[in-house]
Amino acid sequence: MFDLDKWQEIFYTINKNRLRSFITAFNVAWGIFILIILMGFGAGFQNGVKHQFEDDAVNSIFINGGQTSEAYKGMQPGKRIRFTNEDYQAIIDRVKGVEYITGRYYVTGEFTVRYEDKYSSFNIRAVHPDHLYLEKSIIVSGRYINDKDIAEKRKVTSIGTKVVKVLFGNINPIGKYITVNGIKYKVVGVFNDEGSEHETKVIYVPISTAQVAYGGSNRIHRLMLTVGDANAAQSLDIQNEIHKLLAEKHVFSMDDKRAVSIFNLLEEYEKWMGVFDGIRFFLAFVGIFTLVAGIVGVSNIMLIVVKERTREVGVRKAIGATPRSIIGLFLMEALFITLCSGYVGMIGGMLFLESGWLSNLMALFGFPMNFFIDPSVNFNNAIAATIILALSGTLAGYFPARKAAKIPPIVALRDE
Amino acid sequence: MIKLKNVHKSYKVGQQPLHVLKGIDMHVKEGEFVSIMGSSGSGKSTLLNVIGILDDYDSGEYILADTPIKNLKESKAAYYRNRFLGFVFQSFNLLNFKNAMENVALPLYYQKVSRKKRNNLALEYLDKVGLRDRADHFPGELSGGQKQRVAIARALISDPKVILADEPTGALDSQTSLEVMALFQAVNKSGKTIVVVTHENDVADKTDRIIRLHDGVIMDKSPTNQKTYV
Repeated sequence: MFDLDKWQEIFYTINKNRLRSFITAFNVAWGIFILIILMGFGAGFQNGVKHQFEDDAVNSIFINGGQTSEAYKGMQPGKRIRFTNEDYQAIIDRVKGVEYITGRYYVTGEFTVRYEDKYSSFNIRAVHPDHLYLEKSIIVSGRYINDKDIAEKRKVTSIGTKVVKVLFGNINPIGKYITVNGIKYKVVGVFNDEGSEHETKVIYVPISTAQVAYGGSNRIHRLMLTVGDANAAQSLDIQNEIHKLLAEKHVFSMDDKRAVSIFNLLEEYEKWMGVFDGIRFFLAFVGIFTLVAGIVGVSNIMLIVVKERTREVGVRKAIGATPRSIIGLFLMEALFITLCSGYVGMIGGMLFLESGWLSNLMALFGFPMNFFIDPSVNFNNAIAATIILALSGTLAGYFPARKAAKIPPIVALRDE
Repeated sequence: MIKLKNVHKSYKVGQQPLHVLKGIDMHVKEGEFVSIMGSSGSGKSTLLNVIGILDDYDSGEYILADTPIKNLKESKAAYYRNRFLGFVFQSFNLLNFKNAMENVALPLYYQKVSRKKRNNLALEYLDKVGLRDRADHFPGELSGGQKQRVAIARALISDPKVILADEPTGALDSQTSLEVMALFQAVNKSGKTIVVVTHENDVADKTDRIIRLHDGVIMDKSPTNQKTYV
């Protein structure tokens, strides 16, 4: 319902008091601008933390062997807990809910790795095939370590892109042999890792091969597993079950914190996400109250507008204006100011975020930028902001409008 | 057309109620041109407000065009004002940001008449008050007499039963006052009932009948000119 007369009046009053209208509009625009920026801040922090976790599968649990600190069942404290292939197998056999599992055998120190006349030192990790999913390695060419490699203790390796770059340059490494401390491994695959560059400087070999080649017999230094789409509570249950299993097998107290160290990434992840949900909520809260200040400004100005136009309201009532039409008149003006200026503020805020100025500003103040990523406001939030705007505009206009509609016509006509 | 029986009205001024209308009995027939006179404080403006449904009254009876008017909801009152009454004020009360034509058309806006239709009608009524050529002038560009004629056109456009004028010549010089009163007389000749509140004898003399109000009571209902009504 387009009503030219109403708009004519709205533009007339806005135009008549340009500075006042501008300041009012600026209040609202600023409120929304700050709201959007704060929501962007929250999103940026949360995305940053998410990214930190994204290096590894977020639903993973890491278990390292330690040293007992309490006497237990006749055992003296100080016993070293060393995991073996049996533990690995026992978890697979007896614990439900484990999605992927791998052991890691660390070949101590950095080894000199050689291809023909080129050499450099890289990290060697001896793992099970599932390690691919835990580290979120991406196979670029060839394949990863597979079950057959483990069973036959093959001397094969999957190497990171950085390793390829250093040792092979432009040569295709698949099928070539690299030498690791005198032992030759056949390159069967190349992988990449988006988490960090460090992870692409790694050489993976079958854990069974390493255990034999480097005198580890059946040792596993670290067990790593994922729990599929379990939530934090379920993940904790699985963690406890594994803890119990290991405590029984290696005879240590469940209460002994030093015996094994368990790091549950999902629990940690959800904790951090919870913290950042809180921070986001807080920022949105602050933003909304900034907006409220703007809205109150609109309401205030509308009250003045009503006061100024009291006589006019009286004339209108005398010639037949209903209270509803009076409310509509002022409501529309308030709504118009809030919506227009609100959109300007919203678009301004979004452009500010999109342009990356906020990130640049943060970087300028020395904030670690890998903790602040993509500070954008999504579509839903924009919709929400629009609804907030419309509601607040209505609210800002309603009370002054009702006040106008309630003025008795004779009082309004008497007003000079 | 307008029937008041024993109408009382008092305002609360501080603690004490101020009894303004003390039993008004009055009857204005269709097509009559009546003036209400009285000194300030006599209650004439209050009476006009009651007649104009701008204010309620405490007791008694008021019937306007066979419709009892009492305790109306604001929206109903607005409806009756719009359909039954046309107002002309001392200070014209035109909207400054609307031109003459738009001001005249305003009552029809509240009747939800289409913009084109009401603007055409407004031009017609401006023609009747001799201001057709000022249609696109804003009130600020018109003289006092012209403004009042625009206001009269605005009062007429909704074809009301009664025109109520509150000191319509109060802000005009004597020459212009005469012109405006002549216009009222012409409007009255075309059949409209008109009630004018004034304290000027010159103005009251132009009407058919003078109702003199003193201290909230009607003193004298002497006809100025003899005239028979059907």
